[in-house]
Amino acid sequence: MSVLKKCFHVKKRDFISAGEASINIQNILKSMQIDPKLIRRIAICGYEGEMNVVMHGGDGMVCAEINTDNIVLDISDNGPGIEDIRLAMQKGYSTATDEYREMGFGAGMGLPNMEKNADLFTIESEKGKGTRVRMVFHMRR
Amino acid sequence: MTVQDLVNRFNLYVAAGQQGLDRQVRGGYSGDLLSEVMANAPEGCVWLTVQGHQNIVAVAVLKQMAAIILTGGQTPDDETQQKANQEGIPLLLWSDSAFELAGLLHAAGVQNSESATA
Repeated sequence: MSVLKKCFHVKKRDFISAGEASINIQNILKSMQIDPKLIRRIAICGYEGEMNVVMHGGDGMVCAEINTDNIVLDISDNGPGIEDIRLAMQKGYSTATDEYREMGFGAGMGLPNMEKNADLFTIESEKGKGTRVRMVFHMRR
Repeated sequence: MTVQDLVNRFNLYVAAGQQGLDRQVRGGYSGDLLSEVMANAPEGCVWLTVQGHQNIVAVAVLKQMAAIILTGGQTPDDETQQKANQEGIPLLLWSDSAFELAGLLHAAGVQNSESATA
């Protein structure tokens, strides 16, 4: 049963608001007194996912669903999609432009960081349609 | 040790986020690749970077950092200062290299309780 679900709209190249969805989610989790270690992992995953939408994805949504036994981050966009997911998941692989690299992005660590910090990680992508990353974090009691 | 203590001791220029100067400093980190910092910087750290664009503020908030220090004479964008003010994250400026400041901070007792990349 979902206790709370919140979604935030993320727009392509909107660097002014970039990160705010993740900050909002972090504030919600803090107010619900979720384990700080879990919040830190979710913050990493949320931020990386949000920045992927801003830089590559077109318009998208970052949703957090807080359930009694887990938290789900669901990040989707209607961007160009990922041609080769296996390649995209490799540490160090990035399609970031020079502009983004100069800003300190494009290290090819985003998706691997997300996979590492989530208990369950799934990614689906279709060329020309978009990408959806779903991450589940178990609550520890 | 607070951010204000570091400002006084090393004569750091406070560009924004004055309201956060009473934050406790619990470590340090240096890096310019945002994903790497996001993955490894410890909570409560001061973050030394040359990146002056506004996305550094979101990283600092999400990692619950004490402050951002722009090194090497870098200056923050106007939007970065606005965001830092909005979020209450001190944005400090240092004209010399990150290496020099990291050495001074470490000698002054700013050390990480556990290996940041563990």
